[in-house]
Amino acid sequence: MTAERLPRTATASRRPLRLAASLALPVVVIVAWWFASAGSTSPFFPPLQTILATFGENWLSSRVVTDVLPSLGRMLAGFAIAVVVGVVLGALLGRLPIVSYALNPVLQFGRALPATALVPVSIVLLGIGDLPKILLIAFVTVFPVMLNTIDGVRNVDAVLEDATRSYRLTRAQRALLVQLPAAAPQILAGMRIALSVAFVMMVVTELFAAVNGIGYVTLQAQQSFQVALMWSGILLLGILGVLVNGLFVLVERRLLRWYAQDRED
Amino acid sequence: MLTVQQLQKSYTSGGRSREVLRDVTFTVEEGEFVTVVGPSGAGKTTLLRCLAGLLPRSGGSVTLTGTGKVVDSPPPEIACVFQDYSRSLMPWFKVSRNVAIPLANTIRDRGERRRAVERALADVGLAGFESSYPWQLSGGMQQRVAIARAIAYRPQFLIMDEPFASVDAQTRADLEDLILRVRQDSGLTVVLVTHDIDEAVYLGDRVVVLSKPPTVVLDVIDVDLPRPRNQVETKGMPRFAELRTDVAKLITQATAGAPAV
Repeated sequence: MTAERLPRTATASRRPLRLAASLALPVVVIVAWWFASAGSTSPFFPPLQTILATFGENWLSSRVVTDVLPSLGRMLAGFAIAVVVGVVLGALLGRLPIVSYALNPVLQFGRALPATALVPVSIVLLGIGDLPKILLIAFVTVFPVMLNTIDGVRNVDAVLEDATRSYRLTRAQRALLVQLPAAAPQILAGMRIALSVAFVMMVVTELFAAVNGIGYVTLQAQQSFQVALMWSGILLLGILGVLVNGLFVLVERRLLRWYAQDRED
Repeated sequence: MLTVQQLQKSYTSGGRSREVLRDVTFTVEEGEFVTVVGPSGAGKTTLLRCLAGLLPRSGGSVTLTGTGKVVDSPPPEIACVFQDYSRSLMPWFKVSRNVAIPLANTIRDRGERRRAVERALADVGLAGFESSYPWQLSGGMQQRVAIARAIAYRPQFLIMDEPFASVDAQTRADLEDLILRVRQDSGLTVVLVTHDIDEAVYLGDRVVVLSKPPTVVLDVIDVDLPRPRNQVETKGMPRFAELRTDVAKLITQATAGAPAV
């Protein structure tokens, strides 16, 4: 097991270089933006300094509680529902081919519906407030999770299937201990797609019939000509998007350690 | 005792039927080590999957004679070791969990289960590797985990499908001797399929020689070599050479001419 630690230290020594390479362009862009916009009198492109000041006044103070947390809370709630429903349904459908044939046309239709087209419908059917937004996020994000789960549990290695049958594992044991872990790489890939879709839906649902949230504030700022606030909202969305995705990648890497190592052989 | 009678298996695909096993008949006595050898494509894996109850037969029967039980689904008396260790273990679980999972339904007591796992791992020389992951181990060690999983299950029959085909020669010899030792200690009845004639003769009490498909049993050869066997001494015996020549002749004939229809 010492042998397998070696390459890891080798990559560790190259890590600062990689980090520097990935940070170079963002730094250049920010510096360029800073100097190009400094002293700008255009009402549409305020100086970066002003945007950052607005950012601090709004997004780093009271709006964290009144807007940022509600936004993220709705997104995560919708995403969590989608993951639970998607994995459970996907595992069932993947293992019951006849049911999945029966449901496939409906699933494909649901997946193909443009998510934004559902916003007005959800307001009509479910009203305004948090619940319709959460349910809409869940509905849209459930598809990538479920379809990937179906695919994953179907493709469990034939030898491993033989082994688990030969050792007489129960249906439940096979599902929980074998099929779902074996499908984990595909499930997590589906969850990653779902997460970015959830992020988009978080903003979209706040553009209609909303009373708070990052998307709501950003849209209100645009409509009331608070351009710096609008830009700062967009900036915040970008930063949050990167952070959320980065966190997910960390979790994914931790969960799929066996998968990465297995492929190296 | 395991009785295989007129076992027949055909696969149907695209409306056409392909006969893999035509008539396979042999018995395995209690405590015996039977090796099954045949040319490549002789349906060895198909035969094993039928024996283990993993594949439905097209005809004939597989019976556990002690209880009269017909093997239609995997019975608790049989444990399997597969050729491809990396595909038969669960890489997301530690070694101890891999061995323990089949025991969840047979040994209720947690402490007892843990001891059974430790004992099995010690028996295959893997004491201290309980909390490693399979992918941290070499191929030979992974196959030892699969063997530990099988013996911890406390079966009467151990069915092995070319278990040493994917490891290097030295590891292979080590694993062959390991399985001989394990079998001697536990009194297991073993059926081992291989394409390697030396291995079949070295390990077996009897060698079942298969034809090419549609497969029949060409002959069952008694291996009258003394036990315990030894990689150097046993394989150096004139009798060993005679036996392997006998088997090789049969297999060469089988591949040269089609079996009588």
